[in-house]
Amino acid sequence: MSDDILVKMRDVWLEGRSDETWNPIINGVDLTLKKGEVLGLIGESGAGKSTLGLAAMGYTRDGVKISKGTVEFDGIDLLTASAAVKRELLGKRIAYVAQSAAASFNPAHKLMDQHVEGPVQHGVMGKGESEEDGMELYRKLRLPNPDQIGFRYPHQVSGGQLQRCMTAMAMSCRPDLIIFDEPTTALDVTTQIEVLASIRDIVEQFNTAAIYITHDLAVVAQMADTIKVLLKGDEVETADTRTMLSAPTQEYTKSLWAVRSFERPLKPAVNAGSVPVVSVQNVDAAYGTVPVLHDVSFDLHEGRTVAVVGESGSGKSTTARCITGLLPPTAGQIMVDGEVMPPDYRKRSKDQLRQVQMIYQMADTALNPRMSIGQIIARPVEFYLGLKGAEKRKKVDALLEQIELEPSQYYHRLPSELSGGQKQRIGIARALAAEPKFIICDEVTSALDQLVAEGILRLLARLQDELSLTYMFITHDLATVRAIADEVVVMKDGRVVEQGPKVEMFTPPHHAYTDLLLSSVPEMDPDWLTNLLTERGVDNIGDAAVDKM
Amino acid sequence: MIWFVAALIGMGAVAWVFRFAGQAATGNAPKFRDMPYGVAYGYVLGVVVLAWLAWAYMQGRSEDTAIANKFFFLRIAIEGFIIFAIAAWVFRLFGRSVGTAGTKKLFRSMPLTASFGILTILIYAIFAIFAGAIAPYGQEQIIPGVAANVIPGGDPTLGGNPDFPLGTDQIGRDILSRLIYGAQNTVGIAFATTVLAFLLGGTLGFLAATLGGWLDQLLSRAVDVLMAIPSLIFALLLMTIASVWAPQLGIPLTFFMVVIIAVIDSTRVYRLARAVGQNIVVMDYIEAAKLRGEGLGYLVFKEILPNATAPLLAEFGLRFCFVFLTIAALSFLGVGIQPPLADWGTMVRDLGGFVNFAQFAPMAATAPLLAAGAIALLTVAVNFVVDWMLQKSSGLKE
Amino acid sequence: MGNVLTIILQRLALGLLTLLIVSIVIFIAVNLLPGDFAQSILGQGATPEAVASIREDLGLDQPMVTRYFQWLGGVLQGDLGTSFAQANFASFSGTTSGATTIAEQIAPRFGNTMFLAMITAAIAVPFSIILGILAALYRNTVFDRATNIFTLSSISSPEFFLAYILILFLAVLNPIFPSLSNIFEGMPFSERLEKSMLPALTLTLVVTAHMMRMTRAAIINLLASPYIEMARLKGLSPMRVIVKHALPNALAPIINVIALNLAYLITGVVVVEVVFVYPGIGQLFVDSVKIRDIPVVQACCLIFATAFILLNLTADIMSILSNPRLRHPK
Repeated sequence: MSDDILVKMRDVWLEGRSDETWNPIINGVDLTLKKGEVLGLIGESGAGKSTLGLAAMGYTRDGVKISKGTVEFDGIDLLTASAAVKRELLGKRIAYVAQSAAASFNPAHKLMDQHVEGPVQHGVMGKGESEEDGMELYRKLRLPNPDQIGFRYPHQVSGGQLQRCMTAMAMSCRPDLIIFDEPTTALDVTTQIEVLASIRDIVEQFNTAAIYITHDLAVVAQMADTIKVLLKGDEVETADTRTMLSAPTQEYTKSLWAVRSFERPLKPAVNAGSVPVVSVQNVDAAYGTVPVLHDVSFDLHEGRTVAVVGESGSGKSTTARCITGLLPPTAGQIMVDGEVMPPDYRKRSKDQLRQVQMIYQMADTALNPRMSIGQIIARPVEFYLGLKGAEKRKKVDALLEQIELEPSQYYHRLPSELSGGQKQRIGIARALAAEPKFIICDEVTSALDQLVAEGILRLLARLQDELSLTYMFITHDLATVRAIADEVVVMKDGRVVEQGPKVEMFTPPHHAYTDLLLSSVPEMDPDWLTNLLTERGVDNIGDAAVDKM
Repeated sequence: MIWFVAALIGMGAVAWVFRFAGQAATGNAPKFRDMPYGVAYGYVLGVVVLAWLAWAYMQGRSEDTAIANKFFFLRIAIEGFIIFAIAAWVFRLFGRSVGTAGTKKLFRSMPLTASFGILTILIYAIFAIFAGAIAPYGQEQIIPGVAANVIPGGDPTLGGNPDFPLGTDQIGRDILSRLIYGAQNTVGIAFATTVLAFLLGGTLGFLAATLGGWLDQLLSRAVDVLMAIPSLIFALLLMTIASVWAPQLGIPLTFFMVVIIAVIDSTRVYRLARAVGQNIVVMDYIEAAKLRGEGLGYLVFKEILPNATAPLLAEFGLRFCFVFLTIAALSFLGVGIQPPLADWGTMVRDLGGFVNFAQFAPMAATAPLLAAGAIALLTVAVNFVVDWMLQKSSGLKE
Repeated sequence: MGNVLTIILQRLALGLLTLLIVSIVIFIAVNLLPGDFAQSILGQGATPEAVASIREDLGLDQPMVTRYFQWLGGVLQGDLGTSFAQANFASFSGTTSGATTIAEQIAPRFGNTMFLAMITAAIAVPFSIILGILAALYRNTVFDRATNIFTLSSISSPEFFLAYILILFLAVLNPIFPSLSNIFEGMPFSERLEKSMLPALTLTLVVTAHMMRMTRAAIINLLASPYIEMARLKGLSPMRVIVKHALPNALAPIINVIALNLAYLITGVVVVEVVFVYPGIGQLFVDSVKIRDIPVVQACCLIFATAFILLNLTADIMSILSNPRLRHPK
């Protein structure tokens, strides 16, 4: 055994308990990590990547067990080590950074008290020394007010900053290994980038080995030296980052890479005089007395997709609520086919309601769990089109075929028996059943894995071509925009900051915010982050850049 | 007392030895190596308690009646526990092999406590429905020529009478028959009250959740005020007033009791129904239905209600227990179900004094304990089933 | 801090308002009685003079709103009125010297009930919290399942069943404690404690079960939170994880559990006092209900409701105070 191997996992099998039976999570995976190396662990949800990452620390959550295999850390067998030996390693030599920093910091103690706990308890440093060191780390991680921020409580600090505080806490004992468990998944793109940059810097600086768990390929490309791809508990392949990106050998990996290349052909420009299907005109809206939308206007033309992009809180979903009538605007109006719609959905006629349909982000909550697929789709068919009996069934079957699900197989199933992608397809079928002109797609792919999401996007594109539907596509993911949009509306703080055809939007010059948003989206190029940082300058990324606007 | 403390300390020493021996014997296996001292102590304590129970049981079977009497109730309790456990086990076995695929699956994952609960509820239901056919005498029947206060057990040498296995009460009515009729009266009335409370609280709760606005505000504030008065106290206050009204209007007091407890209890149902309803109302599928233009009836009956059945069913079980115990308490205090109807709470009050004879004539004390035990057994059974249901539904969420 | 103070003042005001409305509800409920309650108490055979005398004594000849404010004013000054039984006695004997006010009647009994509640709390609170934490730490073990069955059974049993079981085992079969709690004023503390032991133990059984289950649920909920996992992954000792990370956050739910269960005691005390003939306010209440002594029922009801509301209010305020998000606003 060579000396520079830090973690050695051999033939590890993990099982999880559900309903009194043990089901496999990881099936005999090997993992080797050298000192100072960063390993990216990627896979879709349910691939078992987090469980495997935790197992590398010799830790399993409640209801999970290691049924077979060995886990060695620096020559110490973690599976047979006593609790005391493991406690000595954890925190001191192996540290963990969790997905949600907000939930993983104890709300009852100040950040600094939690930061120094590890070093003091493990006898690495005294309290005072550790606090000094903490402030130094905060400075290195480019946190604002590094001398004071530690004396706040977790709820007083923003998400991106908390995530960096947690990285500092993991660094407090200068561990040999840090496990990063999806540390940027919950963050907006512009915030994500600064966390990524600071994590990468500090890991390099202290030559710490790391296992970086994520589902985002572009992120892992920036962070890792080596990438390991998991699929349903099995290893697909392992290679160093550049080889993996340029020449994947396995089919599954290739398909993952290919998702990013889906892009629809461009459509000709809209005729100048044509009446838009939906027109949002000077809309203001407020929740109670808090104004959220200011003078929002844009048009949607037949057979086109307009992507509305922006970060959380920018007002994109509120715009959708104004169009559907759930939130009557305080000023301005919504027109469909040149006709002014009553602001409140309760005042709209059945036919007006039929014209505007909606597909939701969470397919789980969008389908009534007590109704069968057949009933869910049949209801709008019956309600709007007045079909009954055999005719109704025929229509439902046709709709199921349209969304590529075999009618006889799915008609009687309940939503809980379907996968996430299939549920989203049912949501599409329910919208189509009304035979609408216009469909609002609210983050329809953001809860799905990339391959499944791509399938949904292709389906929506095909349906648009066949039925000349008009889509309003709400999303925060620019890859999705690139794939499906014809026109783009960029929103920030309840205002439209820029709008136009996609081609124009993706070629400079842009509005400063659009530029920041676009450039913050990680790309598959492993040098992307480095180049970007050089371009923007160290002090001008993320929040700092947003604040300067 | 000194002996008790000494025993605890002694067990502490044994626990240490036990862990040490375990480590030595298994070659320091992780199970013993990482065992906290408290856990080792727990094992020893468990063994000691079991040993004491076994000893007490043997005492209860002693030839010497003085000793046997002293441990009589413990013996009965242990025997009862074992019999119930076996019955529950057999019932679960039966459920696993008979019935549809769905029920079989249900029984396979069922803990013993839940199958005990279901079995008990079934037995109570049978007694309650067929009380008239099962009971040997009428509930109000004072049997001529039979003494009052016949001792239970049916042994003439101890003051019993084989015709009345559980003896007779203070005015010579058969206690067994009254116990059986009690199932009909007490359980029946409690069930009706719970149904009423659910109709009232459930309807208002769902309306408040669906419609919101001023109706929701009004109802919720009213419920807040009603819930600020402890329910048994409020029930007693209203029962006092009802007891003045009842003879004047010629309506039985029991009817007032049902209405009063139903109204008081419906406040709790309202809270739950409203909370469950609000959780469902924010779901996207409700928004989709609203945007489709569906009416209130469709929303409540097709979209909301089917998704609320599981929590409501569990709540029904808990509410039933609560109502049942409230009625029993009122009857025990003498203001609940009125004589001559046979009722368990009243029986406990009437026969309670016999507990004091337990030392010399253990059988004499069984009658009030049986009536009180009948109440306890049913609520325990319902609670076991509800506990299982709640665990099942919370487990599914994970 | 100003933020928290406002919230607490709001809660206090709300509590007072609730109390006021509850007093109105109780007053109205009592006045729903048919006809004249002087008549209905004395029965049909009463002489018109006796009825008139009681009416005047109790001020029944005045309109309802006036009577409410008179009653409320009296209550605020500690005057709960005169009981019918006493008024009746006075009117027949023709003197007022023998009559005592309700306040005088209730005061010693209130003290007794508080004594009982205090002993119960002293036993039940530490016992149930320790048991609850143990059950949470060793969940899904034999110990946890056994305590689960035990607590479920004792919650489900009516108080009088538990009371008789305790009498059977601890008073009749093994004469350790007396089965009747005939305590009186001036009794030495140790004797008083001994005589109150069985009712206190009965209440303890009921309350402990509730408290233990709620504590267990709160702790399990807490132990599942990511920051506890984080603390474990920092290599802290199990003791430190519990004391430093779990307890500060568990305080709010546990205080809540205690206050709610003390409130629950109020209901339980009624039945238990009757079984053990304990001279507390619960027994007086039940006796008055039976003889339809409306002013006493009304007064007892108000006292019970006040205690209940105050305890719930305490729970509310305590959980606000222990919430770091509110104590340290942004």
